[in-house]
Amino acid sequence: MSIVHVDQLEHSYGERHALSGVSFDVERGEVFGLLGPNGSGKSTLFRVLSTLLPRQKGIATVNGFDVSEQSDDVRRSIGVTFQSPSLDLKLTVGENLKHHGKLYGLSGKHLTERCHEVMSRLGVADRERDYAETLSGGLKRRVEIAKTLLHSPKVLLLDEPSTGLDPGARHDLWATLFELREEMNVTILVTTHLMEEADRCDRLGIIDLGEMIALGTPNELRSKVGGDSITILGEEIESLAEELRTKFSCDVQTLNEVIRIEHESGHELLAQIATEYPGRFRSLTLGKPSLEDVFVKLTGRGLIEAGEVS
Amino acid sequence: MSSDQNSSDVVQSSFWLASWTLAVREVVRFVRQRSRLIGAIGQPIVFWILFGAGLHGAFQLPGVEDTQSLSFQEYFLPGIAVLIVLFTSIFSSISVIQDRNEGFLQGVLVAPIPRSAIVMGKVLGGAILAMIQAALFLIVAPLLHWIGLAPAMNLASSISGMVGATLFLALIAIGLTGLGYLFAWKINSVQGYHGVMSLVLLPMWLLSGAFFPGTGSVWMSWLIRLNPLTYGVAGLRRCLVTDPAVLQVLPPFWVCLSVTLLFAAVCLAADVFITRRDPAVAS
Repeated sequence: MSIVHVDQLEHSYGERHALSGVSFDVERGEVFGLLGPNGSGKSTLFRVLSTLLPRQKGIATVNGFDVSEQSDDVRRSIGVTFQSPSLDLKLTVGENLKHHGKLYGLSGKHLTERCHEVMSRLGVADRERDYAETLSGGLKRRVEIAKTLLHSPKVLLLDEPSTGLDPGARHDLWATLFELREEMNVTILVTTHLMEEADRCDRLGIIDLGEMIALGTPNELRSKVGGDSITILGEEIESLAEELRTKFSCDVQTLNEVIRIEHESGHELLAQIATEYPGRFRSLTLGKPSLEDVFVKLTGRGLIEAGEVS
Repeated sequence: MSSDQNSSDVVQSSFWLASWTLAVREVVRFVRQRSRLIGAIGQPIVFWILFGAGLHGAFQLPGVEDTQSLSFQEYFLPGIAVLIVLFTSIFSSISVIQDRNEGFLQGVLVAPIPRSAIVMGKVLGGAILAMIQAALFLIVAPLLHWIGLAPAMNLASSISGMVGATLFLALIAIGLTGLGYLFAWKINSVQGYHGVMSLVLLPMWLLSGAFFPGTGSVWMSWLIRLNPLTYGVAGLRRCLVTDPAVLQVLPPFWVCLSVTLLFAAVCLAADVFITRRDPAVAS
């Protein structure tokens, strides 16, 4: 059985439907991403899986346990990292870990050993005696994750883990997550609204307005858009776009001084544009469609835009 | 097998271990925030000295003939100890709101612990802090006589009196912290809690016989009689005062003890009930 199994899950807050029949499975050892704009329902899904919200309708199991009926078994199976840090800032790193371990029934010498183990694994051993409030955002997140490893969970749930992290810290965080997957064979489920993060996952579910609108590896999802994507940067974009539209009669989008063209055989088109419009652009690039393109294709809206609407 | 290897880490979480670590956290946080100590114990002591000096001579306990038997400061002493307990319990309940808003609570809620341990940790932590401070006050206050800030007092110094006073302080602390938790669990801002504090908790203290006997007005004497805290204050007073004339006008010991016990038990049960029922941590 899949380590996380969700089938026709529904959830509503009064009249408002946050989830309307979401289904997906996560396999052992996978890094699975839930991608969606703010308000898409991914946070509700996260809360149901982490036992903070009751399961209303449908099936949701983690490690074979029902999230509502066997919530304590689920809680022992998961390590949860929230978007807003759950550290006690008035306690030191070591105290935070000890405290957390005791909530999971660890104590004495065993707890001390586990604390040192997870601190060195996350590279925060030298900060043991520092107050949590003195740590940078990236370090706080590392301590959070260290905390969730104390009881050797099977599944790590992380809600928007790179919120508030600079690109360097974000990169380190992901490197760490992959290490953990390799070394401890944990399954990792993250929610995100960032393409760059979603791209790192083994598999993704795209969620919008409470429904799972696509499911697959990043490459599979990209192939839904099909073909190649050409990006042109330059000065007088609008007039160039107009000329390209009439000349090639294809879909030419302009957004913030950038031209984007999706085309079945991008390399041929690229060569034509390059020879026929020399000097009209600063750069001309050919690439695979991004996950943003996938989201736009599926919903007709950009990710950021979709988040602002809801 | 990997599951067997991991199972050694999955020790059964225990109610007491979880409650204790949550309670210890309360105490550690308190010790690290000096300003809280000053607020919780300094203000009541200043009240006690100023009101005691100001109302000196204007006070007479109804039903007690001899005006010399009990000074206002002596009358006010158990009331101030309860005020210290009240302030500490208010601070503890405000921390429930802070824990929720700062995200700490989510981490506790996803832990495999009984919801009652969350209540017990908070209440136990708050009660320990309240008792230590109130006991400190009760030890220090009579000594203020030596520097002229308090009159001479005729307090009980027997072991049974001290044990009884400790017992009542503990029960009052558990009850008041439990009551504060009840409000704090439902309120999502510290500002909102100030309303509860000034409209519910402080009037409850004022109408407990802590500050004035209040027997002059019929409606007030009824409010005082219906207030469960009245019996806590009276119980504490019974343990501290030796004058038989004063003891005579107080409710019987068993009434004081049972009402105070019942109040603490009801508050705790209600706390556990709402914590279990909480559908979600509001985000």
